Amino acid sequence: MTRLNELGLSAARDALRAGETTSKDLTEACLTAIEAAGALNAFVHQTPDLALARAAAADDRIAQGDAPAMCGLPIGIKDLFCTKGVPSQAGSRILEGFLPEYESTVSQNLADAGAVMLGKLNMDEFAMGSSNETSVYGNAVNPWRRGNDDTALTPGGSSGGSASAVAADLCLAATGTDTGGSIRQPAAFTGTVGIKPTYGRCSRWGIVAFASSLDQAGPMTKSVRDAAIMLEAMCGHDAKDSTSADIPVPDFEAALTGDIRGKKIGIPKEYRMDGMPDAIEALWQDGIAMMKDAGASIVDISLPHTKYALPAYYVIAPAEASSNLARYDGVRYGHRAKLDQGDGITEMYEKTRAEGFGDEVKRRVMIGTYVLSAGFYDAYYNRARRVRTLIKRDFEQVFAQGIDAILTPATPSAAFGLGEMTDADPVAMYLNDVFTVTVNLAGLPGIAVPAGLDKQGLPLGLQLIGQPWAEADLLNTAHVLETAAGFVAKPAKWW
Amino acid sequence: MSIDETTAARVAKLARIKVEPEALPALAGEFNTILGFIEQLNEVDIDGVAPMTSVTPQRLKRRADEVREGDQQAKILSNAPDAREGFFAVPKVVE
Repeated sequence: MTRLNELGLSAARDALRAGETTSKDLTEACLTAIEAAGALNAFVHQTPDLALARAAAADDRIAQGDAPAMCGLPIGIKDLFCTKGVPSQAGSRILEGFLPEYESTVSQNLADAGAVMLGKLNMDEFAMGSSNETSVYGNAVNPWRRGNDDTALTPGGSSGGSASAVAADLCLAATGTDTGGSIRQPAAFTGTVGIKPTYGRCSRWGIVAFASSLDQAGPMTKSVRDAAIMLEAMCGHDAKDSTSADIPVPDFEAALTGDIRGKKIGIPKEYRMDGMPDAIEALWQDGIAMMKDAGASIVDISLPHTKYALPAYYVIAPAEASSNLARYDGVRYGHRAKLDQGDGITEMYEKTRAEGFGDEVKRRVMIGTYVLSAGFYDAYYNRARRVRTLIKRDFEQVFAQGIDAILTPATPSAAFGLGEMTDADPVAMYLNDVFTVTVNLAGLPGIAVPAGLDKQGLPLGLQLIGQPWAEADLLNTAHVLETAAGFVAKPAKWW
Repeated sequence: MSIDETTAARVAKLARIKVEPEALPALAGEFNTILGFIEQLNEVDIDGVAPMTSVTPQRLKRRADEVREGDQQAKILSNAPDAREGFFAVPKVVE
């Protein structure tokens, strides 16, 4: 029998509406699962009292016949979202003790739709990382293992806690954020679905900023249908975010017709990387065959500036981060270093930031400071922004050819072991985002869909990239891919 | 472009992050690895290409110039490490 916490959003919604279960029961099942899953270190701040209160309110709403799609559904929220009165640390020591006086627009939208927050989820510090190993809370752990090998694997990052929690059925779904691949890479590493919508679809207000021109929130779920339901509840225009798009939000779930006949799916040759594992290449070919079988036409395309996306990202994202993270100075919130006799305000800033930030965050803030500094601004920052224009133009040109969506691998490998990359140089870790980062630079929607297992039994994902604002169409294509792939594997419970 | 320890120390100072002198050589090495990776951008022909300022071709919205919320001093100070008499308190700034 399926336990209630193992349900996805759509199945639980239907059961609630049919009166077969209650939000209270769903919520308690999740809270019990969380209690037993300390080894995954996914939930880092639990809010059981708040969850049960919201569940009771949701049950009342449902009884009165007022049941929006997310009503009564228990979810986890990434620690990057400010949640009123609940710790929101962005996985950083520098925000220790911070209790926001306000709620992020996305988490408020979900609450307004009746969703039940179970607690806050682990993540890389300030969303900077691809393995959840830069978190102040310690590593989140992937519920998947390599066969009978008990090596602890990364759930990916930065939304590692979200991915781990959804894959392990600690919640029905979770929020994530994606600046260079932080929703799609962890989704691929855990056999879950994750969509980063078009830049501007979700309000960034109240989400701790990393790189403002790249950051987008999105859902991490157990199916494409669930992603459609939750994305619709998360997005919409918000006057508090000047980059939030004032355009109508379609009914994403209604778009899941399962019909992609006549659609043109582009296959970019630049995504075939040297040294890519055979399993990834085979998965990609399988995906191409599935799209063809569903009646889509496959078109070879070229995105010639793909190679320069990661280096451009590693100028633009740190530059924006160095500016955004200037606010953590020990004055208004969070950690302040203990000062020595005679220390002035500069020493306070320097000591506070040295103590409060982890190594990767410091590295990126300093790289960002360097590329923005006098004499280097044109050579690095402006050059990267010009390359970004070219990367976006690559996509515009293939979409102008009539391409509806682009199919690529989601990641260059399956989940790796925690600690395996410790001795590698920082750039080796950055390569995790090689297939996803182009999408952020071009502001496009992208979705990772689980599509198979490698020889060791680990999940692998494919990515579909859509035209701007065409999430509905993209979700439908992803739904077809999901159905054809028939991915049903779940991690064997060891925790 | 190679970053030496002096430059690494200058960048740390600009970023207001205290770095102990003994940590500077490793830091300079990491900067060089990352900047070496970024150098690839020099291969790209960017003549006549404008730097991206906005990824979506939208105009930023304007709103009426009016007070919408305010008078929230207690809330604003509630997370401060040191707040006194309605102000954020910091060490001496001016000699």
